Amino acid sequence: MAAQPSPDPLVLRVRRRLRTNEHHIWAWGGRIAAFVPLIALILIVAVLAVKAWPAAKVNGPGFLTRSSWNVGNAYGATVYTHGVAHPLGASYGAWPVIVGTLQSSLIALVIALPISIGAAFALTERLPRIVAETLRYAIEILAGVPSVLIGLWGALTLGPLLANHVYPIIADHMPDVPVLRYFRNPVGHGEGLLTSGIVLSLMIVPIITATTRNLFATVPPLPKEGGEALGMTDWEVGRKITIPWVRSGIIGATVLGLGRALGETIAVAMISGSLLNTITPNVYGTMGTIAATLVTQLDSAFNDGTGFEVKTLAELAIVLVVVLLVVNFIARLIVRRTGRNAAPLGVGL
Amino acid sequence: MDGATTSAAYPSTRRRTIANIAFSRIGPMLALLIIVVPVTWVIVDIIVRAVPHWQWSVLTTNTEGATGGLKNAILGTLVLMGGVLLIAGTLGVLGGVFLAELAGVNRKGKERGGLLRSATEVLSGVPSIALGLVGYLALVVGLHWGFSLLAALLVLSVMVIPYIARGTETAVRQVPTAYREGAQALGMPNGYGLRKVVLKSALPGIVTSLLIALAISAGETAPLLYTAGWYTGTPKAQLFHQPIGYLTYPVWTFWDYPSNEAHYLAFDAALILMVIVLILLVLARIIVNRTQRHAEGSGR
Repeated sequence: MAAQPSPDPLVLRVRRRLRTNEHHIWAWGGRIAAFVPLIALILIVAVLAVKAWPAAKVNGPGFLTRSSWNVGNAYGATVYTHGVAHPLGASYGAWPVIVGTLQSSLIALVIALPISIGAAFALTERLPRIVAETLRYAIEILAGVPSVLIGLWGALTLGPLLANHVYPIIADHMPDVPVLRYFRNPVGHGEGLLTSGIVLSLMIVPIITATTRNLFATVPPLPKEGGEALGMTDWEVGRKITIPWVRSGIIGATVLGLGRALGETIAVAMISGSLLNTITPNVYGTMGTIAATLVTQLDSAFNDGTGFEVKTLAELAIVLVVVLLVVNFIARLIVRRTGRNAAPLGVGL
Repeated sequence: MDGATTSAAYPSTRRRTIANIAFSRIGPMLALLIIVVPVTWVIVDIIVRAVPHWQWSVLTTNTEGATGGLKNAILGTLVLMGGVLLIAGTLGVLGGVFLAELAGVNRKGKERGGLLRSATEVLSGVPSIALGLVGYLALVVGLHWGFSLLAALLVLSVMVIPYIARGTETAVRQVPTAYREGAQALGMPNGYGLRKVVLKSALPGIVTSLLIALAISAGETAPLLYTAGWYTGTPKAQLFHQPIGYLTYPVWTFWDYPSNEAHYLAFDAALILMVIVLILLVLARIIVNRTQRHAEGSGR
């Protein structure tokens, strides 16, 4: 190109014209593109609300507290309630899947939080840099493995393994007292609440670990050295200096993980056993979550000629979105409050 | 830190030592092990299940019922990835650049775009199945598109735009101010300098976020079930009324079919999917590493 004689003056002029005006493209294209998420969000809420409204009229407030999932008689008469068509005998209640969602996410958090903090501690404080970096990539990859693959592994390998070799040992030795009662027999076949919780914890551990590791790395060495100079052990330094220093960030990361656990669909749908109308009697029993129900009921919803089940699924999706928004909102409140008076640097990353 | 610990009776040294060993030496290592073992296990498990009966014809034949090959699904996934790169890539990068560089400040001197940024954040928290359901209700049924490529692309794009926008914004913000000043000092027009100087330095970060977005869209199942449907023929160049195959469908559908052929197909799809996703993730990691090393080496 450089060897060419000077190009046509017209080409030069056009090129310069383009260059001077290029910022209009960036500014206007960018402005439009930046509004896309906001518009999408409004559309999502609007579409769900409009489609769910007829279902909400028929299902009533009992939708949140009832324990039934009855699609009605597909070949029977179509009935109209409040002007909304639905098959005869259709009756929906989301209480079991709401409880299932909360239970499985809670189990996931209880397992994932200590593991994540411990792993983040090991990555920042314990291991030589090259090992720590390698393991960090491994964790990053875990975060990127598609959930359908984790579900496959959970359903075919982990679930049966736990049900055959681990759960019986736990179940046989649990005393018949409150809380621990839920760990008693029968243990089932590996599809169920505890397996779902364990697999979910595996899926949120990378999120919490990565964030916590980054947070730990921001803690300056001086306070830690000060603690050690006072005779604190490493564990005490970690518990009383490092973790409080980034507490609000850890809470934020945890809630991020909780959000993922609440919304996780495919893996849970493969492992939970998809029980829709009862709450599981113990931790091994089959169950369902809101998100998993949205996908497992897909086929039956397509077959509902009145379209009522799809509308009900939209109502269910609204419940899920509202739960997630509330969780996020609470998390921000917590982060803001603890961020003010706890850690000097603890705003996170 | 708050001085409250000094007055309390402190536990004995021995207990402190034991606690220290348990929580600061054994505990973290154990935690790390608990994470690393499943990662390896998932990957090895899929390889072990797929490789013994692997046939290369899987790559060249289409699915028939629950047997046959996966050519349609592989091509479909690639088409979807390309479409997402086009739609979400354009919108996400433009939006990220706008929020980082061009949104400007308001009258109080605060940065504008807070609302847009929170909307992006909230959108990334909306579960993908909800997006899929909206896509089904609004596009597949509402606009009568049927199960179609465009419906799937739009839903996937909305899903990954937040990641791309955030990644781009972070990458662009990390470009030193001196570069922009240098571009201006050389008399470059604003937009031209933005593209030639700022975006060029931010390119590795942007590409990384694009690769991760591709990995996400390749591995997504739930929204596609609602929008793309499933098709056993080679994907057609048709945006509407034409379902399309994708790799996650055989895994999700065939794994609990009664026949062995269906299982094999599910495992093959899982293996191919995993290879695609791992390549994308490792590529993203390599780019990050190289640019970081470069940045450190140049002494800035």
